[in-house]
Amino acid sequence: MAHGPSQNFFSRWLFSTNHKDIGTLYLWFSFAMFLLGGFFAMVIRAELFQPGMQLIKPEFFVQMTTMHGLVMVFGAIMPAFVGLANWMIPMMIGAPDMALPRMNNLSFWILPFAFTILTSTLFMEGGGPNFGWTFYAPLSTTYAPDTVNYFIFGVHMMGASSIMGSINIIATVMNMRAPGMTYMKMPLFVWTWVITAFLLVAVMPVLAGAVTMMLMDINFGTSFFDAAGGGDPVLFQHVFWFFGHPEVYIIILPAFGVVSQIIPTFSRKPLFGYSSMVYATASIAFLSFIVWAHHMFTVGMPIAGELYFMYATMLIAVPTGVKVFNWITTMYKGALTFETPMLFSIAFVILFTFGGFTGMMLSIAAADTQYHDTYFVVAHFHYVMVAGAVFSGTAAVYYWLPKWCGRMYDETMGKVQFWIAFIAFNITFMPQHFLGLAGMPRRYSDYGLQFTDWNMVSSIGAFLYGGAQLLFLYNVIRTIGWGKPIDDPQVWEGAEGLEWTVPTPAPFHTFSTPPVVK
Amino acid sequence: MSRTSTHGGLLIKLLMGAVAMFAFAIFVLPPLYDLFCEVTGIGGKTGGAYTASEITIDTSRKVEVQFVATNNATIPWDFYPTEHKVFVHPGESREITFFARNKTSNDMVAQAIPNVLPNNAADYFHKTECFCFNNQPLGAGEQAELAVVFVLDPDLPVSVNAVTLSYTLFDITDRIPMQVSQIQ
Repeated sequence: MAHGPSQNFFSRWLFSTNHKDIGTLYLWFSFAMFLLGGFFAMVIRAELFQPGMQLIKPEFFVQMTTMHGLVMVFGAIMPAFVGLANWMIPMMIGAPDMALPRMNNLSFWILPFAFTILTSTLFMEGGGPNFGWTFYAPLSTTYAPDTVNYFIFGVHMMGASSIMGSINIIATVMNMRAPGMTYMKMPLFVWTWVITAFLLVAVMPVLAGAVTMMLMDINFGTSFFDAAGGGDPVLFQHVFWFFGHPEVYIIILPAFGVVSQIIPTFSRKPLFGYSSMVYATASIAFLSFIVWAHHMFTVGMPIAGELYFMYATMLIAVPTGVKVFNWITTMYKGALTFETPMLFSIAFVILFTFGGFTGMMLSIAAADTQYHDTYFVVAHFHYVMVAGAVFSGTAAVYYWLPKWCGRMYDETMGKVQFWIAFIAFNITFMPQHFLGLAGMPRRYSDYGLQFTDWNMVSSIGAFLYGGAQLLFLYNVIRTIGWGKPIDDPQVWEGAEGLEWTVPTPAPFHTFSTPPVVK
Repeated sequence: MSRTSTHGGLLIKLLMGAVAMFAFAIFVLPPLYDLFCEVTGIGGKTGGAYTASEITIDTSRKVEVQFVATNNATIPWDFYPTEHKVFVHPGESREITFFARNKTSNDMVAQAIPNVLPNNAADYFHKTECFCFNNQPLGAGEQAELAVVFVLDPDLPVSVNAVTLSYTLFDITDRIPMQVSQIQ
């Protein structure tokens, strides 16, 4: 009955409907995008190493900041977590595969084309998108380069991919759980992903709507965002952030899930407050829909609006605080060991909380007038995106890689990578808080001389951080090719869950007959 | 798998949800936004042509009304109010003019978009006649005096003693024959 993957390389990877192969494709694709987006970041930091223009022109600089944001958010972080979901969700709930395997193949294979289209604009006349990853109209409509149409098409494709991926995850979790696997027994990674998938189905179409309205304004003479024809550019910001705020939770919720798997394993204790974690995740998802305008405090909102969005935003700290306390309490009095995934997870808890606090500062409408569009905002969202999503993604790879390929990674190299990444991350982004508070605006290719020192420090940190990622790549390739073979299904002493009951390395087909969960 | 039909049903429901959200973004959010701005008066959008009714002039207070003219992007017209401010009693009808001249050697069409500050005054600023109700075609080198007749509603909140009416002039030559004249 069970048969292995196709022996033909092309038919195995191009036509795959196996959740593990598609998960692998997603993960490699997202890592490639991570390196591409990282390269763009290196260009940005190299230019900002000194004041004045050294390496590139200002027009190209803004294309780099835009592409860095787009590639990292839509190309690196989101597909990485979809890859993890593909690999792990069926194994965690005792399902043989994803519910809709052919759609799974389609949702992956759209992505390389979407990003080829998006990236190819850099080589076209007029250059790539240069209006920031938030692409505010009219900068992205009236004043955009002609290549904006490629950008819009690319965003539509990514959206279609995300929606299909999410529907697949929801269908898998709702219909294919093993007997006895009730909702409140599901591992937290599965829970956070289901909630994320609902968020995606709800807001990716809104993003598609926003870019469609842009497309109409640019090519078909409508005036959704053009005041000359009775539209309103502020409407764009409302539509964009109605998508954009849930989007940041789409990025971070699966990261919460990963950390909620790893911390109990290396604390050798069950997760503290499982059900409160589930409810906190759901609360965060709900709140994410009603706080969007805190990104727009400076557009000229009435005071009542500012107050509402300020208090609603602060409310998010409550469920987030519940999660942080639960992770800490899980570690409390546990038998802790500090393998690489655990190190990344602890760093996640510390640095994400730090980023959460700067978020609280930004939520204060009166103070936001000073912070708005400065490097303080850049520092804030890199603390939650990089130290949040990227650290937890790295932790997840180290945690599950031995299960995937049946070989152990090099622990020393992993720890070295962790410490370089942790220190370099803080060297890069901590000074950006100071720059922002001192008034350095984001997205500019040049700056006043008073900002020189901290920019140099930040750039040095960025290069180091980039180097740590190459070490990560090397460690993963080395593990897959030459790592020490292991065959213990458990892999980690304290690990619990169905994925640790299947043999190591995980066979091509798992749970062809569903396990019974007690 | 025996559950294929369940997957299909769920797939269709979720896809319909996604399509509904797409329609929501395009067909519901923009009108909802306009409605919200209209109801609350934020955004400074003024209403359409106002039919003057018998209203009493409130001579007990005087409100300063300032006029601002801005050229959007680089529309190469001269565009400015002939008076920069007037004092009016609420309920009193007043006509003021803006001067516009097309400095180019091409025929052009422009559209002025009004905005009123403070936000809570927008609902009480009535225009019985305004050049902004229509677009303004001006031939090469032509000039025109553009009139606005306005009345401040006597219900204007007492906290408001100065109102700014601002016009931004947009070049819509390329958009004609796109019908833009309905906008206020």
